[in-house]
Amino acid sequence: MQHHSILRVVSKLLIPPILVYALYVQFHGEYSPGGGFQAGVVFAVAFILFSLVYGVDELTRVVPPRLLHALTGIGVLIFAGTGIVTMLLGEAFLSYNALTENPVHAQEWGIVIVEFGVGVTVASVMLSLFIAFTSQNPPLDDKDW
Amino acid sequence: MTANLVGIAIIDVLLFTFLVITAIAIARLRNLFAVAMLAGVFSLLSAGLFVTLDAMDVAFTEAAVGAGISTVLMLGTLALTGKEEKKPAHSAFLPLFVCLVAGAALIYGTLDMPPFGAADNPVQTHVAPDYLSRTPVEIGIPNVVSAVLASYRGFDTLGEAVVVFTAAVGVLLMLGTSGRGHPSKTGGHKTGARRTEEGKE
Repeated sequence: MQHHSILRVVSKLLIPPILVYALYVQFHGEYSPGGGFQAGVVFAVAFILFSLVYGVDELTRVVPPRLLHALTGIGVLIFAGTGIVTMLLGEAFLSYNALTENPVHAQEWGIVIVEFGVGVTVASVMLSLFIAFTSQNPPLDDKDW
Repeated sequence: MTANLVGIAIIDVLLFTFLVITAIAIARLRNLFAVAMLAGVFSLLSAGLFVTLDAMDVAFTEAAVGAGISTVLMLGTLALTGKEEKKPAHSAFLPLFVCLVAGAALIYGTLDMPPFGAADNPVQTHVAPDYLSRTPVEIGIPNVVSAVLASYRGFDTLGEAVVVFTAAVGVLLMLGTSGRGHPSKTGGHKTGARRTEEGKE
């Protein structure tokens, strides 16, 4: 991958805006279309683009698969843990009203937290699957392009 | 308003036409690389249809997951399997017959349904007004879809997150989780073309 300057430069230019856009979709989901599922996918796409240009070995140096595998579970635990916390605070499972003093604010907080959990799970699942598939193949040489 | 509706109708007809053409092409083609790309096109056209239905969140998901990630993962799968689909051993008449009968039954079923988009449809009068009136008071966020998804139906969404997690666990168990499995190093499976190329080196 030493040649292909255009691919490398363009992907370097594209990856930061994609990441920022994913965060926007994640945390602006209460106001505009979007949420954890879409944000997670877009976030993973930035890393997949990086991997397509620089190779999956470079990607696994940036995000080790073990970390990704842990994050797939952590996202679900954030979601389910929010439900447990609301139960401990005396409400029903995933009934966010008890999270803060003001129940309307509590609902907004609850939604932001569980959507973050969904985003973490989806992004790490997509990246784990991509790495699992692509690392089965030998890396492409320049002449294979 | 009517000009707007006519415009949407034209876009719908165009999108559905392309959708049918893409579906037929997917069914006919034997080159799996082309099929994977056309499946992405199919998803993108579906996303366009969701946009004309004003279902922005669904369109966004379809475009990102269906047209984006799925295509990449399918291409990744193709690299592990093969590029050509095998010729089917049986004739296509029975499957075609089943599809036609099932499709005719579904279309017959829609004849009893209320007209599409009518104001007094159950979908407009049952829970939708309830959510629309309760969300600003109880949740205080403008995107009602997010409110329904994460709060009113939060338990469903937890189930979806668990489904995604479980699917990943299944795939990773099948493919191996080491992430270090280059066949050149471990002697695993590989397509014939690649192997001969390496033999030359």
